[in-house]
Amino acid sequence: MGRQRGTFLENYAQDMAIIRTRLQWAMLFIFLLLLFSCPLFLSDRALTVMTMIGIAVISVHGLNILTGYCGQISIGHAGFMAVGGYTSAILSAKLGWPFWATLPCGALGAGVAGLIFGLPSLKIKGFYLIMATIAAHFIIVWLILQLYGLTGGGDGLAVSRPEIAGFTVKSKGSYFCLVMAFACLATYTAQNIVRTRAGRAFVAIRDNDLAAEVMGINLWSYKLQAFFIGCVYAGVAGVLLVHYYAFASVDLFPFMDSVWYLGMLIVGGMGSTLGALFGAIALKLLDELVTVVGPGLSAIVAPQAAASMGLIAHGLVIIIFLIFEPRGLAHRWELVGAYFRLWPFSHEERE
Amino acid sequence: MEGDSEIRLWIDSLSLSFGGVRALDEVSMEVKDKEILAIIGPNGAGKTALLNCINGFYKPQKGEIYFDGQKITRMRPDKLAKVGIARTFQNIELYRGLSTQDNLMAARHALMGQNFLGGAIYFGWALGEEIKHRRIVEEIIDFLEIAPIRKKTVGVLPYGMQKRVELGRALALEPKVLLLDEPMAGMNQEEKEDMARFIIDVFEGQGETYPDTPVLREGVGCIILVEHDMGVVMDIADRVVVLDFGRKIAEGSPSEIKSNHKVISAYLGQEIEV
Repeated sequence: MGRQRGTFLENYAQDMAIIRTRLQWAMLFIFLLLLFSCPLFLSDRALTVMTMIGIAVISVHGLNILTGYCGQISIGHAGFMAVGGYTSAILSAKLGWPFWATLPCGALGAGVAGLIFGLPSLKIKGFYLIMATIAAHFIIVWLILQLYGLTGGGDGLAVSRPEIAGFTVKSKGSYFCLVMAFACLATYTAQNIVRTRAGRAFVAIRDNDLAAEVMGINLWSYKLQAFFIGCVYAGVAGVLLVHYYAFASVDLFPFMDSVWYLGMLIVGGMGSTLGALFGAIALKLLDELVTVVGPGLSAIVAPQAAASMGLIAHGLVIIIFLIFEPRGLAHRWELVGAYFRLWPFSHEERE
Repeated sequence: MEGDSEIRLWIDSLSLSFGGVRALDEVSMEVKDKEILAIIGPNGAGKTALLNCINGFYKPQKGEIYFDGQKITRMRPDKLAKVGIARTFQNIELYRGLSTQDNLMAARHALMGQNFLGGAIYFGWALGEEIKHRRIVEEIIDFLEIAPIRKKTVGVLPYGMQKRVELGRALALEPKVLLLDEPMAGMNQEEKEDMARFIIDVFEGQGETYPDTPVLREGVGCIILVEHDMGVVMDIADRVVVLDFGRKIAEGSPSEIKSNHKVISAYLGQEIEV
């Protein structure tokens, strides 16, 4: 991040700070104000889209810590979301627990599932770990379908809309605010985790696991911690998704979502909190674009491709990014920032 | 070197083999307090294998290693880092995606206490700890004269700089024993001189120049150096151990080693008559 000329850093706390100037604080404040006032002027459809983006952002932050930072590639993230969602759904539907109690339980449940399915990562890497995490997704879905008495199997499980301090989060607008509050919290904690001790240990493991061990990092503990943290984020996202539809079903957590979360990370830029944010927004907006212009376009170009326009668009975008910008949108953003540091004249110090 | 100085690291008839290949064969040596011990030998003599045994990469089949009286053979590398053994690598093994400063901060890992929950909240305990360790890391950066590349990603740095960052990372661990695996390999004369100066400065300690950083203030009293450049070895080592085909063939002061006929024949490839 650049630094406005004339801003001087006097101590390490200032050097480590992300937001340094009053202008940046004001921009953050205005952004949050605009974000949380969206329900006042946006249509229900736009709010739904943004709610889904918010949920994806939370989930992708988790995957980013696990895959982008710790290098443990996981294609089972939707499965872990399902664990979180179903834990919360069961507690709320069967035991009547309130939302503020089921949410942390759902998060923790997904985290524990992450610990269990993270165990193979201690012995296997790369391609083989991908296979193990794919298996994790299918095992989780299979278990949900089999445990009929608990989960309702294929019938699903109806849950109530969350109720917080006597207020039922019923309308699209209020649910939007709830999701955005968690998305902001997730972004804040994700960025803080990766810039402190645990995050450095994750990158150390990603970049050079042998050296990391020699430099005193317990691989066993930190790989599992990455799985736990990543899956806790997935769990929160799953809980929010289930309570949004007021219905838990395995159809909410399709396998392709696991793949798209990884795709979001590729498009946004792995190993960057900003990238996770950008990627989730970009691919979800692409979804909307396909829904809007897809039918018309496919009618003109290829009528038989209408049903798979979304898949084609996603796949194409991911391939394009892998070839032309493997470091993702976050890197593009940095380049644009670097350009404007020098334009129209050099006014920011580079670090 | 005086014989009465305290023994820090004691290697007792260490044997390591990979299948039929004997990488180390009954190697015994000791490293005393306040000495730079150089290990030399032709390629494949087992120098790096010995370092790998000391810091836990390899599990030797026979023999023991003691550090300050504590048995450290076959311990996990991350535990050994906490005991106080740090090393650099022959081929640079930095965390390429992190900046210089974060590479050093990552090495403070074992000395920090916060967990990811504290880190996630950031303000308060974690921030205080980050600042405390950042201060020490900055002193090491200052000492190694790498301040200009503090925020650069290490993957893009030139080779000599990466070597220096790697030394910094080892120092950030505040080791009691420093293992240097060919710190001057692939360097030009100037870079070699710089590196030799840093090694000697680390060994001697900088006193009150760096009052807050124990590793720089007191120095690392015990350095094991694997190096091919004989000029460097002869100049900075207090004692030299020579390995050949996994066996220790000579030990002594640099001047003794220079005139040892076994060493000369090992390097020139003649048959040794035992």
